[in-house]
Amino acid sequence: MFGYYIDLAWRSLKRTPVLTALMVLAIGLGIGASMTMITVLHVMTEDPLPGRSAHLYVPHLDPLPVTYQQPENAPEPNDSLTWPDAMALLRAHRATRQAAMAGGTLLVTPQRANLQPFDINGRYATSDFFAMFGVPFMAGSGWTAGDDVTHAHVVVLAESLARKLFGDANPVGQTVELGNNGSAPNEFRVIGVTRDWAPRPMFYEDSAGKPYSDADEFFLPLTASIDLKLDFNGNFMGWGRGSGESWRTSPRISWLQFWVQLDTPEQVKAYHQFLVDYSAEQKALGRFQRPATNAKLYSMMGWLAHENLVPDDVRLQFWLAIGFLGVAMLNIVALLLAKFLRRSSEISVRRAMGARKRDIFVQFGIESALIGVAGGLLGLGIAQIGLWSIRQRPDDYAHLASMDPSMLIGTVLLAIVASVLAGLLPAWRACRVPPALQLKTL
Amino acid sequence: MEIRPILATLHKHKLTAILLTLQVAFTCAIVCNVAFMIIHRAQRVSIRTGIAENQLSVIRVEGTRQGANPQAQHAEDLGALRAIPGVESVVATDGSLPLSQNSSFYGVCPTQQALERAMQVQSLGAACVQPGVYVGSPGLIATLGLDLVDGRDFRADEFVQDDDPPVAIISQALAQRLYPGQNPLGKELYTGAKNPIRVIGVVKTLLAARLRTPGTDDYTMIYPQLPGGRMSALVYYVLRSAPQDRERVLKAARATLLKVDPSRIVGKGQTYSQIRARYFQRDTTMIGLLIASALGLLFVTALGITGLANFWVQQRTRSIGIRRALGATRGNILHYFQTENFLIVTGGVVLGVVLAIGLNLLLMKHYELPRLPLWYLPIGAVVLWLLGQLAVLSPALRASNVPPVVATRSV
Repeated sequence: MFGYYIDLAWRSLKRTPVLTALMVLAIGLGIGASMTMITVLHVMTEDPLPGRSAHLYVPHLDPLPVTYQQPENAPEPNDSLTWPDAMALLRAHRATRQAAMAGGTLLVTPQRANLQPFDINGRYATSDFFAMFGVPFMAGSGWTAGDDVTHAHVVVLAESLARKLFGDANPVGQTVELGNNGSAPNEFRVIGVTRDWAPRPMFYEDSAGKPYSDADEFFLPLTASIDLKLDFNGNFMGWGRGSGESWRTSPRISWLQFWVQLDTPEQVKAYHQFLVDYSAEQKALGRFQRPATNAKLYSMMGWLAHENLVPDDVRLQFWLAIGFLGVAMLNIVALLLAKFLRRSSEISVRRAMGARKRDIFVQFGIESALIGVAGGLLGLGIAQIGLWSIRQRPDDYAHLASMDPSMLIGTVLLAIVASVLAGLLPAWRACRVPPALQLKTL
Repeated sequence: MEIRPILATLHKHKLTAILLTLQVAFTCAIVCNVAFMIIHRAQRVSIRTGIAENQLSVIRVEGTRQGANPQAQHAEDLGALRAIPGVESVVATDGSLPLSQNSSFYGVCPTQQALERAMQVQSLGAACVQPGVYVGSPGLIATLGLDLVDGRDFRADEFVQDDDPPVAIISQALAQRLYPGQNPLGKELYTGAKNPIRVIGVVKTLLAARLRTPGTDDYTMIYPQLPGGRMSALVYYVLRSAPQDRERVLKAARATLLKVDPSRIVGKGQTYSQIRARYFQRDTTMIGLLIASALGLLFVTALGITGLANFWVQQRTRSIGIRRALGATRGNILHYFQTENFLIVTGGVVLGVVLAIGLNLLLMKHYELPRLPLWYLPIGAVVLWLLGQLAVLSPALRASNVPPVVATRSV
């Protein structure tokens, strides 16, 4: 029976080739546009560290003065921590793991004769960084809490940088010369090599970075970077009057990112309470002015939402595409309705021969689904063209725009569901055609 | 044209007519808002910077030698770059140009009192503003092609390296904001530096390096400050040449700079047009997408109208034949279908206008869009009426060509 319905549907669609083509084109355009945007949103809102992200949190303190006015289009100063606060949280050691970090760009002076000095991007961090984020090592390891205390000049390199600097030789134990541009380089001992590792988005960067394309090529102890006054490349934001101290350790300049690992809901609650208590204590000391309850604890996904990584434009494009799909579907409902009702006489003949309402309904449903499958395949092609054109754009996230298998299947499914939904009303109307009336006029 | 029979027919095809009306309504709502967004973005993208955009190129140089004297290095570089054929002038800057995103904004107050008040409450308050600041070596005004409408250019002895500059040139918009109705020349800017900075000149337009809030994007100042101070290793050379020479000049500039000192990191360089295009790249993408989606929507809606009208014509062939046999002219039949379409589209437009305003309110809430000007609505309505008439024309013509003899045949 099913094969027979497919055959009937095929004949019926062939009878009106232009109209069928138009319907397929409309649903194809709608599906193509919406799947392009759904895919972009999907790759942009993916979990950067599957399996670990559920236990990662960001403490958020509010050391700003009561009178502080947030300038427009500027990063919020309390999205990062000041040095004294970061160190206090680190020393308190209330989480399973905790690390403070900041991004930096350094000049590396290679020892290989044929290489000019070049700039590399990386991270200054404290020792828990590697274990907390599960950074995969190829050789050696990260540094210890002891190295943080002694401000050890050690460095961990990413695979590609290690290969560039040392070729096939074992980099562990070698020395690397790193420094600010225009000042004397410092020697760092290589103690580990990580696989090239860049979560997407790069969740631990501050808002100055490009979370969909940046990658860290080196890691070294934050304390050593403070000692050597190594350049840092994120936002540093101050408030109030400075008192001549170095900006890095000032209690009124925020520039550090801080992450903690909390394994149980009880731990999360306790840590949030600890942040509130800490803020209250700082307020009593006169350093904080705002309510202690301003202290927050963001989950990883909550933090990404707070950082607003998905540009408004992308969201707008998504809604536009969905609107387009909606209009295309309305269009198909109207066309199918007209098409099915024109065949009232055919329906009544079939009903008179003993077909049940249900049979008529299924027959027309299959006809709509056929349009859906064709539209889905066309939509798949259009979505690929759409994604290809996005990949040509110089946007930070553009190179990520491509479909994975689940998206491919999703596209065809969405098309079939959309067109079957669109066919439901016309098919239902068609199967309620009273046979007798139609037969009389034949 | 009698519309009662049309209404009777539409009543018979209630469901299809309602669906088509809805489709027209949604299309009207979306297209009105999309058209508004296109115009809004286009205005943003076409903002004027005040500099000679199509004659400028920029190249970034980062020194890697320690203890190099930046000023001697820059002087040598500038000399070598000027010698390149086709280069009209060169200046050294810190990389900040209009729309370059590489920006410094400083708080500035028109009086000492305003400054003290701002310091007290730790915010700018109403009197002070935060203009964008540009710096560069002598010749900056001329190289950028700025229009000095009042006062004079900097003298060579006014340039400083790490100290606070003694004088500044400001944009007309900033002059009017700080000293409304007064002559800005000789007025003082209070920035919290040891001495106030005297205004010696005014340029007509100079856009900030980043757009922040409309109305304040033209608040800018120029300091006679040489790059190579605190950010010693970095310098950007801005070259002015004829538009067609830009690519060649950049290539030559890169080679020249590496010849002067090969130990440096020299960028590929960009023409100013590329810098500007990069700043607005998201907007241009968005404009393209918005235009495509508006056209796509109109296209799909026209398809729907044509498809449906075709069906109705086929369905009513016999009644058309009867009408023709009873004396209706071809024109009558044509008008019948055109009027029918007009009624459906009108229903859609009325609903669409309400939806358009609702959609705009939603967008205002979530995407910081301004309010939709009401005159977009009648234009949207006219566009849809025309589209409907165009879409129905061919089926209506086919209907008018139905011969009266059809009435005498059975199906």
